[in-house]
Amino acid sequence: MNTRLLEVDGLRTHFFTKAGVVKAVDDVTFAVDRGRVLGLVGESGSGKSMTGYSILGLVDPPGRIVEGSIRLNGAELTTLGAAEWRRLRGNRIAMVFQDPMMTLNPVLRIDTQMVETVRAHHDVTRATALDRCREALVQVGIASPDERLQGYPHQFSGGMRQRVAIAIALVNKPDLLIADEPTTALDVTIQGQILHEMQRLCRESATALLWITHDLSVIAGLADDVCVMYAGRIVEAGSVDDVLDRPMHPYTRGLLDSVPSRNTPGRPLAQIRGMTPSLLHLGEACAFRERCSRVVEGCSAAPPANVSGARTLRCVNPLA
Amino acid sequence: MNDATTALLELRDVSKRFERRLDLAGRMARGLGANLRESTVYAVDGVSLSVREGEVVGLVGESGCGKSTLGRMVARILEPSAGERLWRGRPYAQYEGSESHSERLAVQMIFQDPFASLNPRLRIVDIVGEAPVVHGLVPRRERDAFVARTLERVGMDATLMRRFPHQFSGGQRSRIGIARALAVSPRFLVCDEAVAALDVSIQAQVLNLFIRLREELKLTYLFISHDLGVIRHVSDRVVVMYLGRVVESGPTAELYARPNHPYTAALIEEVPRIDARHRSYVPIRGEIPSPLAPPSGCHFHPRCPHAFERCRAEVPALREIAPGRLSACHLNDIARS
Repeated sequence: MNTRLLEVDGLRTHFFTKAGVVKAVDDVTFAVDRGRVLGLVGESGSGKSMTGYSILGLVDPPGRIVEGSIRLNGAELTTLGAAEWRRLRGNRIAMVFQDPMMTLNPVLRIDTQMVETVRAHHDVTRATALDRCREALVQVGIASPDERLQGYPHQFSGGMRQRVAIAIALVNKPDLLIADEPTTALDVTIQGQILHEMQRLCRESATALLWITHDLSVIAGLADDVCVMYAGRIVEAGSVDDVLDRPMHPYTRGLLDSVPSRNTPGRPLAQIRGMTPSLLHLGEACAFRERCSRVVEGCSAAPPANVSGARTLRCVNPLA
Repeated sequence: MNDATTALLELRDVSKRFERRLDLAGRMARGLGANLRESTVYAVDGVSLSVREGEVVGLVGESGCGKSTLGRMVARILEPSAGERLWRGRPYAQYEGSESHSERLAVQMIFQDPFASLNPRLRIVDIVGEAPVVHGLVPRRERDAFVARTLERVGMDATLMRRFPHQFSGGQRSRIGIARALAVSPRFLVCDEAVAALDVSIQAQVLNLFIRLREELKLTYLFISHDLGVIRHVSDRVVVMYLGRVVESGPTAELYARPNHPYTAALIEEVPRIDARHRSYVPIRGEIPSPLAPPSGCHFHPRCPHAFERCRAEVPALREIAPGRLSACHLNDIARS
């Protein structure tokens, strides 16, 4: 079996607003293999979530995918019709969102929601479906699944709700799981538990995981590979060790340096000056040049994506 | 405590109870024999804390541990149900009346959400300038110049003061919130998750601002956060809370290097770190219990890997385990005997 699961190639998702075209995702290329974890890191507005939504066909007007291809097991996704999408979503590709209250229907019991997910894709009896639900809940570390299945979402704590959301995403054993900041709203000890479960699940089931986050330290512990996004583009990509130990893009370097635990306590933190640009009036030039300390003349042209081995870099004046 | 004389702010055995009273239907149902009780949450349960002038104390804990409630009591937004609050050695209540006005303004609060804590219908000049004018610190005709100076102090362009909050980014709004607090010349800032909502690169800028202001204005901070990395960076001393109680406190470097309480140890262990690659997470078990029905004895015992019989029955006292270090754990008694 081929190990390459997801291939995203030259993806552009643009939003056609009254104020102009917002290039939320602009020429994004990456791939995920089975059983691997890819971290997609960026700050607000970097296009990391929109990349996830694009893969799942969830871009709403005025946005649309204007260019590029997304292939799952070699099959093109960008040209699928509504019926084909319905067969795929929640079955082969699943997503977990930041806020589990958004995913769960507050007026339906957990069993109703979970059984519906199973039976939407498989012709099985309710009893069989319930067995699968129970199994999925146990998998994500929920101790008494029978009792929990009878409950409503408001009876659960935040961490427990997120586990249920993950269980629903996993119940049909998808090939690809997209997780959009799933632990950001959770407490440290609960985040640790969820990361532990996700790590184990990916190893055991060969599910590929696309983990979208703003938190580099979560990526450091969890992911195999990482893509750093800035203003709609991947500025640097490679294995976690390469990118985090030897960052070559000034933005990656700046992000790493501004993490408090890498600075001497009490001393001013290394900081990136300025703020993220508006995506509205971005030209072709490197979007980071206004904040960059290594800016040179070539920065006003579109930075080409230099690929060497597993490493991709979009910078004309990279760090050595 | 022996440093009581020099403490700028002191809390003695402060508690905050929130009670949910039964509504009419509930009371009627109870009258007819239904098993309904008024429920009480001990958001903060007998916390003592002292902060010296110029010190930064970090208050860390997870949701529901009472850290925000404690901060709000320090900032006079909430009244404690029991216990005493002292400012420069005198109870808060003694600072009533007009002559102690400035002392009452000396504690200011900075809130988490830079979106919700600024009135969307006021211009920045009104948000920052209102309090000093109302309190008579600045004459009305000098207000704009004063606001301009305050905004520049927090690193903002003073020409933007006629704008509304929605015209600013998250980081700038944080600065506006800080400027508003600084406008009444406080001595003490309670920062409640003041950088939690910001992106990493912006968070570093705002943390640097806090560090610079501390030096420039000789400020004292109570820095509340769930983020152990942030707390470690800014604090001289750290206080760890769990379900309304302080479980451990001590100087930052020592506490991070050698945590005594199993909960502190777990917290520090769980924090994802850039240098910890492909790690196998070994999580602490269990959920954070509901503050409505906290566990008996030591609140942490259902999740503690070292819990024994006494932990279930007896509340551990917060005791000095080394100079300047306090911890509330029965294991310390075993280690000693």
